Amino acid sequence: MDENSALAETPLLNNHRKLTAKLAPFGGWLMPIQYSGIIEEHNWVRKNAGLFDICHMGEFIIQADLTKSNFGNLVTVNLEGMPLNSCRYGFMLNEQGGIIDDLLVYRIGSSEWMIVVNAATTGRDFAHLKKHLTGITVFENVSQSLGKLDLQGPLSAEVLADLVGPGIKGLRYYTFDYFLLLGEEIIISRTGYTGELGYELYMPNNKIPELWEKLLGDQRVKPIGLGARDTLRLEMGYSLYGQDIDEETTPLEAGLGYFIDWDKEFIGKAALLKQKQYGACRRITCFIADSRRSPRHNYRIIYKGRDVGAVTSGSFSPSLGVGIGMGYTGCEIPSGEEIALCENSIVINAKTTHKPFYKNGSVKLGEIK
Amino acid sequence: MTVPDNLLYTKDHEWAKLDGDRATIGITDFAQHSLGDITFIDLPKPGAQVKQSAWCATVESVKAASDVYAPLSGEVLKANTELTSHPELVNKSAYEAGWFAVIKIADLEEKKALMNPVQYKEYVQGLSK
Repeated sequence: MDENSALAETPLLNNHRKLTAKLAPFGGWLMPIQYSGIIEEHNWVRKNAGLFDICHMGEFIIQADLTKSNFGNLVTVNLEGMPLNSCRYGFMLNEQGGIIDDLLVYRIGSSEWMIVVNAATTGRDFAHLKKHLTGITVFENVSQSLGKLDLQGPLSAEVLADLVGPGIKGLRYYTFDYFLLLGEEIIISRTGYTGELGYELYMPNNKIPELWEKLLGDQRVKPIGLGARDTLRLEMGYSLYGQDIDEETTPLEAGLGYFIDWDKEFIGKAALLKQKQYGACRRITCFIADSRRSPRHNYRIIYKGRDVGAVTSGSFSPSLGVGIGMGYTGCEIPSGEEIALCENSIVINAKTTHKPFYKNGSVKLGEIK
Repeated sequence: MTVPDNLLYTKDHEWAKLDGDRATIGITDFAQHSLGDITFIDLPKPGAQVKQSAWCATVESVKAASDVYAPLSGEVLKANTELTSHPELVNKSAYEAGWFAVIKIADLEEKKALMNPVQYKEYVQGLSK
């Protein structure tokens, strides 16, 4: 008990305890890892709708006149170019192009943005922005008062429509809008981290328990822990900050160059351009094992008899029924090549592949019936 | 948590069912519950010699890999190959369908080091305090 006392708690800790969730520290927070079981929860999200307590993540509000502020330089996202009520995935980089954090930017006004960052890095991100931001009008860390619940799964639109009206079904991928819920006008975005149709709901912390209970009152919705959140994201090949990406890795090495807007200036751009020109010295490689045995963090990656790198994320894939994972290798390995993942006497044979591992996700469902 | 009356137990949550000079071995209900969904099991091969309290199998759950130690020394006569494709049987039936292996007991004296059901129940209750 004592080892958990220094951990931060979300407004839902008592709710998780009531559901007899397994709790464990994550990013400085005491979080639910699983409720009924990781595989059952994973499959529920793929088929129905799952509810995640994501109150540990950080949110900043920034108001700035971009012609007078350097805000635009601190993130890779094109703040000026993104439409009102849209969301963009991007990074805050250091001068070497290393990832200080990966983040989601919401354009909530013509000169106002919300940035959503990882839990463990919230304090560091805030300090970094505080130190470097100039010419801004407002910079506020609202993480303490703003909570977030993710509702993910093919039935999530139907579930939300019953609460906020059918307007939710018109929300396109990577956009958000304001909806009246429990007497609050809240931001709901069509975004997520599971590969399924899904939404992120931003609600003041004092109403989070009420929203949680309300959503769980729907038979189609079950609570999902961070264990299944990890297997769901890994099946999509999504990176996890602190595990697959950190200050030592660049978006190019991580295979995330797609999310870089090269038409704008940002800290780290020169380093990335150099990497683009001369090639990155390592590259993320995805692989799928030939058995149920799961590769684990730090297993060595062997290709053509040579040790070429290490696994960053590895897990059993509930959807595919085999081990999957990713890791950095010194050379780019084409898809379909045979590799081995090793630790001591364990040797797992695998094949390199493209992400996503799971290809039937409902995430980009065009029209929701 | 179930603790059948006809088995002997280890502190590492393995069980052994003795039948003459043979023992069927596996992991307990407490162990499968703590591990969560079991996704892979590396079983000892028939013919292999296992030693009491030494490694005899590896159990993987979604989140972690754990070692299983032999409750008794002996030669592996049979392994439950059904677990290769259906490791979840250990979650569903830790004492029946989820057995790991049958061994030929090398030294029956070793059973003195194992706990009876009453002792094991007490031991587990102590852990959760």
